[in-house]
Amino acid sequence: MENRPLFKSGHTACAGCAQAIAARIVIETAGPNTIIANNTGCLEVFSTRYPETAWNVPWIHSLFENAASVASGIEAALAYMGKKEGINVIVQAGDGGTADIGLQALSGMWERGHDILSICYDNEAYENTGIQRSGLTPYGTNTTTSPAGIKSIGNPRPKKLIPEIALAHGIPYVATASVAFIPDLQRKIKKAISIKGPKYIQISVPCPLGWRHEPSETLLAAKLAVETGLYPLIEYENGSLVSCRKIAPKPVDEYLKMQGRYKHILNNLEEIKKIQGIADDNIKRYNLLEVKTS
Amino acid sequence: MREFLEGSRAIAEIIKRVKPGVISAYPITPQTHIVEELASMVANGELNSQFINVESEHSAASVVLGASATGVRVFTATSSQGLLYMAEVIFNIAGLRLPLVMTCANRAVSAPINIWNDQQDSISLRDAGWIQLYAENNQEAVDFHLIGYRISEDKAVMLPVMVCMDGFILTHGLEPLDLPEQDKVDKFLPSYKPLYKLDPNEPLTMGILADPDYYLEARYAIQETFKDVLRILPKVADEFSAIFVRDYKDLLIEEYFTKDAEKIIVSMGSVCGTIKEVVDELRKKGKKVGLLRIISYRPFPYARVYEALKNCPKIAVLDKAVSLGAYAPLASEIKVSFSNKKKSPKVISSFVAGLGGRDITLESIREIFRKLNVKEISQDFIDLKPELLTEAYGK
Ligand SMILES: Cc1ncc(C[n+]2csc(CCOP(=O)(O)OP(=O)(O)O)c2C)c(N)n1
Ligand SMILES: [Mg+2]
Repeated sequence: MENRPLFKSGHTACAGCAQAIAARIVIETAGPNTIIANNTGCLEVFSTRYPETAWNVPWIHSLFENAASVASGIEAALAYMGKKEGINVIVQAGDGGTADIGLQALSGMWERGHDILSICYDNEAYENTGIQRSGLTPYGTNTTTSPAGIKSIGNPRPKKLIPEIALAHGIPYVATASVAFIPDLQRKIKKAISIKGPKYIQISVPCPLGWRHEPSETLLAAKLAVETGLYPLIEYENGSLVSCRKIAPKPVDEYLKMQGRYKHILNNLEEIKKIQGIADDNIKRYNLLEVKTS
Repeated sequence: MREFLEGSRAIAEIIKRVKPGVISAYPITPQTHIVEELASMVANGELNSQFINVESEHSAASVVLGASATGVRVFTATSSQGLLYMAEVIFNIAGLRLPLVMTCANRAVSAPINIWNDQQDSISLRDAGWIQLYAENNQEAVDFHLIGYRISEDKAVMLPVMVCMDGFILTHGLEPLDLPEQDKVDKFLPSYKPLYKLDPNEPLTMGILADPDYYLEARYAIQETFKDVLRILPKVADEFSAIFVRDYKDLLIEEYFTKDAEKIIVSMGSVCGTIKEVVDELRKKGKKVGLLRIISYRPFPYARVYEALKNCPKIAVLDKAVSLGAYAPLASEIKVSFSNKKKSPKVISSFVAGLGGRDITLESIREIFRKLNVKEISQDFIDLKPELLTEAYGK
């Protein structure tokens, strides 16, 4: 990474926060000629508390749901001034700011074809406000607004398929990535910014506080999410699947049992089977199985 | 050059001369003609601007926010539901101290849904940190946009300006007017040089989190700037009259036969044209009546209002908006203008009229003057149809 860090230390993220790690990789890979529009959420709060800022690139936060539109305005202004060439515009948000409240603005931005990379830091809940469920919270997750109880197994719905929604806009590049697979993440960011038009990358970023795992196990959690098939790493160019990370699938309970957010179902075989079913479906759908050659 | 134009077209013509780099808007009656005209100017190559079609007003406001933060002059326009939908962004733009001009084609607010004129939309956003100027006619609406950019981009101001023009009455009304010539526009409004901008050569963080140790001062600074705006508006008005032969006095208020008046109506916007007609008529009959028109509603010119009204015994305030559960918005401001002051009118009566496009006729205005008597009226709805109320509530 560069001598002049673009995302400096000294922010106030929690220990083991994967979003802070991923954000740093994103901006260091994109480089200094980048302008960022950031939705409200953990990242915005822990990186720009006045009088400090962690950002060494031009960065703006306006509201929870409008960063895609703010970024569209930035891109339009650059285009008007004839300065778009050589400047990356990145819009970044959490899963809530992407999949729920910010989806309309994002859809507008994708549809208009702006040359902007959108990043979703997917920690699978509204973490900034205290672990409430979002459209990207997985099935069976215990959150403060989808609590487990005698009449509830936690979040009743599976994750919304935002990559598919992005693809439906006909945008040229869509990928998922994980903070546990850094070279893959870096490659995808480089690839994305080399392509003109709207790009979407959704990054799995565990949150020790919300997922209730040890801060030291952040990367392990992220790794297991991929290796179980629950978080497939996929990459689309012009609508076609061009790569996916092959796995030798691990059983989902290995992933579930390390996180307090699934404690309530660890002895519930039926629920674990359902979650295993989600992983199995992903494995089939994206053909994730490693082919053994020996 | 004198031209006979629809109000919306005239606004598009002045925006064309102001040359915004980015325009973004979402259609809503009665604002639509303005942005349609601009879209066609861009399509025809008459105006070099990025015209961004968005999926909502929230995004229209956010697009111009982002573009203004990047250092480009911008424009947007809306009405009613669109303005309320923008509300969150409206506050944000002011808090970020971004220069910007927007047209509010004033329209009633739902429910019931109603596309016709009153001023409930912009009045509801009075606390957002925008300068609000209310036009009486289309000449003013045109000129206020030009003046709006000048003030908004003033380094001592750096606040957004909302030019409020009554929907349909002005936006769809045809009037002869002078369109400012390009060379004069350029003289009055130099090209935009931003104070701060998003630029990789000078990285800057905008839209920070300010905790209780810092937030208050950021808000206080805006409040202080509004005091400066009260001094800057008259200066800009002078410079404007020096270039264009039109006289807006101090751009804060207009006094029409107020000096010796025994009864004055206070109001804003196009209804003031109707009030002037009635004032002329009653003056001919020897009645000492007048009009005080508020041009700048934010900042509110309390001191000027006090000076203009202090010797008049009877004041009627005519609002085209309500504050449900409280006194009408303009009436409250007028009453506050006399708190802790030596002199005060004996009567300050409040009248509400014209909601949802109900015609305010010459007779409506005459009725207000008639009702303005020794007894103060706390709030009276002019041209109310009591028979509809019993009907609505049933048996
Ligand atoms: C319009 C609006 N609604 C709600 C909020 C409160 N809020 C701020 S951040 C946030 C959650 C953010 O969740 P996400 O986008 O997933 O980001 P994270 O904090 O998890 O990284 C919420 C609900 C807000 N600021 N604005
Ligand atoms: Mg989140």
